Amino acid sequence: MAARNPIPLHSQAIDHLQYIRRTMEGAVSFTAVPGAGGVLVGSTALAAGALAHGSSAAGPDGWLTVWLAEGLLALALGVFFAYRKARRMRVELFSRPARKFILAFAPSLLAGAALTAALWNGGQTGLLPGCWLLLYGAGISAAGAFSVPVVPVMGTCFLALGSAALFSPPSWGDAWLAGGFGGLHIIFGILIARRHGG
Amino acid sequence: MAAKSNAMRKSETVPEPAGQAWSAAQLDRLIHERLRLGILSALAAEKSMTFSELKTLLGPTDGNLSVHARKLEDANYVTCEKGFDGRVPRSKYRITAAGREALEKYLDHMEALIRVARESM
Repeated sequence: MAARNPIPLHSQAIDHLQYIRRTMEGAVSFTAVPGAGGVLVGSTALAAGALAHGSSAAGPDGWLTVWLAEGLLALALGVFFAYRKARRMRVELFSRPARKFILAFAPSLLAGAALTAALWNGGQTGLLPGCWLLLYGAGISAAGAFSVPVVPVMGTCFLALGSAALFSPPSWGDAWLAGGFGGLHIIFGILIARRHGG
Repeated sequence: MAAKSNAMRKSETVPEPAGQAWSAAQLDRLIHERLRLGILSALAAEKSMTFSELKTLLGPTDGNLSVHARKLEDANYVTCEKGFDGRVPRSKYRITAAGREALEKYLDHMEALIRVARESM
């Protein structure tokens, strides 16, 4: 008899619609963003910052070599930790959301490579830290649309840091890079590891 | 089995009456259950998802997910393709046209419930 009586389903309807939306968003999110990997990448960036600052006296070649090596190391660590996390979560590393994440992130990396070459040739190395942070932030913000919510927030922080770096003295470059690629990666890496399974 | 489930579902789903108050009897109860609603919503957003991906996303136990996914399969709302990834067995789920239609109808019901509630305020 009770089943025939109308029940106030409208009170549940909003909750159900929100649940559907959250689930759909979650289904298209790249969840294998490695938090622990981010912390390690951040640590190597802090070391690179100190090393680059020390080597800057020897000339810009050494400085650039340190940061390019750090970039390659960070990329390798990121891929390895994403693979490890995906394996542990038993999801595909190159799932559809992950492919979207990579496709959204790659243009900024390519733009960064082109700008690095152009600024290096033009002797404008002082602009490189700001450009790197800005382009990395733009890439992370764009790719973050296909990942967990904290990722685009991290991208926005990189954008803010990059903007500040562009308008600060060139001698502050290593500090900005260490703060961004080191500090932000460590802070957000811990957040991601705690909230999103490693 | 599928025919039986379809028949049961039809008895649970009442055609929508224009201008009348919405009641529980009008909902597709197969979808109204939260985990089954989650499975169907996820598969509506993604072309296909594995059992593990659904488990990671929705967080149920293996047994619970398996039971509810089977109910959706029996109702022809989802299909399950079983295979192997190396030596590891892998079940891949996809939503069917009937499942998508049922989810859209369910969404219409939810929106109508909210609309009716707002109009009566």
